[in-house]
Amino acid sequence: MSPQPPFEVLVASHGAVVLRVCRALAGLQDADDVWQETFLAALRAYPSSADVRNWEAWLVTIARNKAMDHHRKTGRLPIPDGDDALEATGTVAGSGGDAVVHAVEAGETAEQVWAALAKLPPKQREAVVYHHLAGLAYADVAPLLGNSEAAARRAAADGMKSLRAHLVQDREDFS
Amino acid sequence: METHTAAALPPELAALTTGDADALDRLGAQFRAAAAADDLVDVAYRVIDSPVGSLLLAGTERGLVRVAFAREGHDSVLESLAANVSPRILLAPARLDDAARELEEYFAQRRQVFDLPLDFRLATGFRREVLAHLPDIGYGHTASYAAVAALTSSPRAVRAVGTACARNPLPLVVPCHRVIRSDGSWGAYLGGVDAKALLLGLEAA
Repeated sequence: MSPQPPFEVLVASHGAVVLRVCRALAGLQDADDVWQETFLAALRAYPSSADVRNWEAWLVTIARNKAMDHHRKTGRLPIPDGDDALEATGTVAGSGGDAVVHAVEAGETAEQVWAALAKLPPKQREAVVYHHLAGLAYADVAPLLGNSEAAARRAAADGMKSLRAHLVQDREDFS
Repeated sequence: METHTAAALPPELAALTTGDADALDRLGAQFRAAAAADDLVDVAYRVIDSPVGSLLLAGTERGLVRVAFAREGHDSVLESLAANVSPRILLAPARLDDAARELEEYFAQRRQVFDLPLDFRLATGFRREVLAHLPDIGYGHTASYAAVAALTSSPRAVRAVGTACARNPLPLVVPCHRVIRSDGSWGAYLGGVDAKALLLGLEAA
């Protein structure tokens, strides 16, 4: 068993991935709170977690649970319905200036991507988030989804296909 | 460090990574403050600049536990603190404010004696006994390894005194740089011979 790294190393190495997962699962508005709760919970549990093999997968699991807790606590749904999502794309400029400008240049706004993710069936959405967004191997995605590596791979592939379709649909709706 | 995932990130998802760097700086600062407020930081550290290069300062709730020179490799020092003290280590400068200030005063020749709570848990047995005697060598003075050994319970353990100095977890604050060879030459120093010369020169001025 390799020794536990200083916790600061976990924040520096995996903070970005955890933030993406929080944004994808909790929404842009609640992502910061969920990120904080995730790392505080991880720090609390750290001394008794010496047997963890993959720190990134461990943190993503905590982030997933915190995102679910957050939905329960705020009573806010993780998934906006279609209309909200379309409205949101027009209103984000006020909340996050530069980030949104860059996102627009990148093709889609973060809100659009999140809204498109939210339209996916839960298993597909989570598979896309854990594998494509967080970079976890399918072997680490499977336990999070409660299925097999092959099923996780299939869910991620189907998820990406639907995601592309939703994003194309969005663009057509706006043009 | 995020490049391995960023490179593989499908372009459809790229928008979710925008503004990461700023957001992470802000989130990290909030998190460290919250962790400190909840007493979840077992080892706090910061890095300061000094005339002998960048210095890592690490402290527990008991006091300063480690001062490390750059040549020791700050990353490996932190890893060893994780293994030997606790892995709950965070960059949390506030706890080291007093130590940073006293070292700054020392290098500015405005301080001759350190007045800091020290945590000696990284030095045990004879090593710790040797360290306890080092502050007896006053500012601007030196003593030979043999003279320090003579102060201990094992007056002939000259070589062990050398080892204790070479592995001092709290250099500068516990003045192992004032221990020199019997022939008057400087001898080795964990901060490098140049650093030892600089410190003895500074104290002699």
